[in-house]
Amino acid sequence: MSRSGARAGPAVRWLGTASALVPLLPLVFVLATLLIEALPAITVNGLHFFTGTDWNPGNTYGSATVTRGVEHPTGAYYGALPLIVGTLATSAIALVIAVPVSIGAALLIVERLPRAIASAVGMMLELLAGIPSVIVGLWGAMTFGPFIAGYVAPVIARNAPDVPVLRYFRGDPGHGEGLLVSGLVLAVMIIPIIASTSRDLIRQVPPLPREGAIALGMTEFECARRVTLPWVTSGIVGAIVLGLGRALGETMAVAMVSGAVLGTIPTTIYATMTTIAATVVSQLDSAMTDFTDFAVKTLAEVSLVLMVITLLTNIAARVLVRRVSGTALPVGRGV
Amino acid sequence: MNRRKIVNAAFWAACLVCLAVVVVPTVWMLIEVIGRALPVFDWHVLTENTRGNGGGLRNAIIGTAVLGLGVLLVGGTVSVLTGIYLSEFATGRTQSLLRGAYEVLAGIPSIVLGYVGYLALVVFFGWGFSLAAGVLTLSVLAIPYIAKATEAALGQVPTSYREGAEALGLPVGFTLRKIVLKSAIPGIVTGMLVALALAVGETAPMLYTAGWSNTAPTGELTHSPVGYLTYPIWTFYNLPSQSARDLSYNAAFLLILFVLLLILIGRLVSWRSRRHAEG
Repeated sequence: MSRSGARAGPAVRWLGTASALVPLLPLVFVLATLLIEALPAITVNGLHFFTGTDWNPGNTYGSATVTRGVEHPTGAYYGALPLIVGTLATSAIALVIAVPVSIGAALLIVERLPRAIASAVGMMLELLAGIPSVIVGLWGAMTFGPFIAGYVAPVIARNAPDVPVLRYFRGDPGHGEGLLVSGLVLAVMIIPIIASTSRDLIRQVPPLPREGAIALGMTEFECARRVTLPWVTSGIVGAIVLGLGRALGETMAVAMVSGAVLGTIPTTIYATMTTIAATVVSQLDSAMTDFTDFAVKTLAEVSLVLMVITLLTNIAARVLVRRVSGTALPVGRGV
Repeated sequence: MNRRKIVNAAFWAACLVCLAVVVVPTVWMLIEVIGRALPVFDWHVLTENTRGNGGGLRNAIIGTAVLGLGVLLVGGTVSVLTGIYLSEFATGRTQSLLRGAYEVLAGIPSIVLGYVGYLALVVFFGWGFSLAAGVLTLSVLAIPYIAKATEAALGQVPTSYREGAEALGLPVGFTLRKIVLKSAIPGIVTGMLVALALAVGETAPMLYTAGWSNTAPTGELTHSPVGYLTYPIWTFYNLPSQSARDLSYNAAFLLILFVLLLILIGRLVSWRSRRHAEG
């Protein structure tokens, strides 16, 4: 694939070495920094970090205790299970809503909407993708959350039957901060990523197979399900994973609408909770008051967990997509 | 037959609902922010510094501009160079390895980058909350996007251009500069605009690298915190004081205007390049 490579000189070799370092250096640097910082926290927190539910910085005004050679405030106990559950649960809710909505909207944009309206909707998608997450959070906290808590959640909570899964929809509908609103806000944030990629992919499906399907007497729905969508599955999976990565790591919006409550696993879908990313951003200020620095190291440990989760998602997607077809995943989102 | 027609109609109705779900939140958000910001907008917001939790946003606007320029300068240069290498010179294994590395880099959550920036740049290197720490962190965030856009833009330049240049005996560097890069510039610029919108809209990685300052940037790279527009939104939105909340909405309004501007510039660039290509 070398386009100008045949006549490359020493300048190119220099450029090659330098550019190989550009993505690798930050990657290694990030991993190394997190590992070195988190190591003391990993040795003290141990395995109960993944099973415990309490988040207790200990007595930061008293004397320090030394466990396995690491100094930490007396009584410090960190369990990250609620954060991990919160991260996965909000992202799951976001995907459940965003995936069908994005694909449905993309189909409609490509196959039904007149060019002018399609372009206007495209502009809207660009804008939605470009709106900073803190503004989405502002909207979620001040308008959308209270709207859901006031008009939508009570209706669902009253009518949800007491059967598995739907049981979580019963109970106190809350005040507009919690798992459901976080998931919905995340859905709004990843819809532009999935929808605009799906739209571009569906546009590239050649017309002949589709015309053939229609000529065979298929309805448009059958044609979309049997011809158009299978044609672009791998690309859409790539876009979905990209969206998932964004949802897992989203910080500001979730920090503003989750309630940022540490220490409990939500029991209903309306309960307040928090995620790993939201915890890191909202706890660092208070972590700095820990005179042993142990709280800062623990935050490094949760960051490491978050990074491992997103890396695993990324790798899983790559394997999945490669098995379906040879195309690479798209990087980034369109603005 | 009839049942299939009903399913088909239901399908399109569902798609219409989907479209509404996409459009309504965007419009709702815009109306919300503009509706709350415009009545309290005053020109002194642009000319005064933030004081306590009132005042204006001059410091944050200048800070955002400086951070954005820094990202374009540092992240932009680096990623355009690597994009060129990736598209023009890298082959086989190297290329796919580099691409993989970029995708992994793009997948790191911004809060993790920010936290590492805090631990390493601010604390370990002792730079303090500073312009250098903020720009470096944001650049790492922006690099994959610009590099990918550069690679894609260069990939779309027809191979015949390069072959023609080679047949004329032009040196590689000249071909790259005057022929290949020139036709790829609209794509590269669009990539930079995306990265700029992304960087300027970030909050989490800036809070603990750039810090916050009530005065405009001093020009010092280290030990001098910088203000930026996303900070007042996050810090002031739920304070009891009305002036703080007004400031929060004003900052959101300015950011949305900025993103709109970037999108319009992007459209203009691609429209002009298309017209150029056709004409």
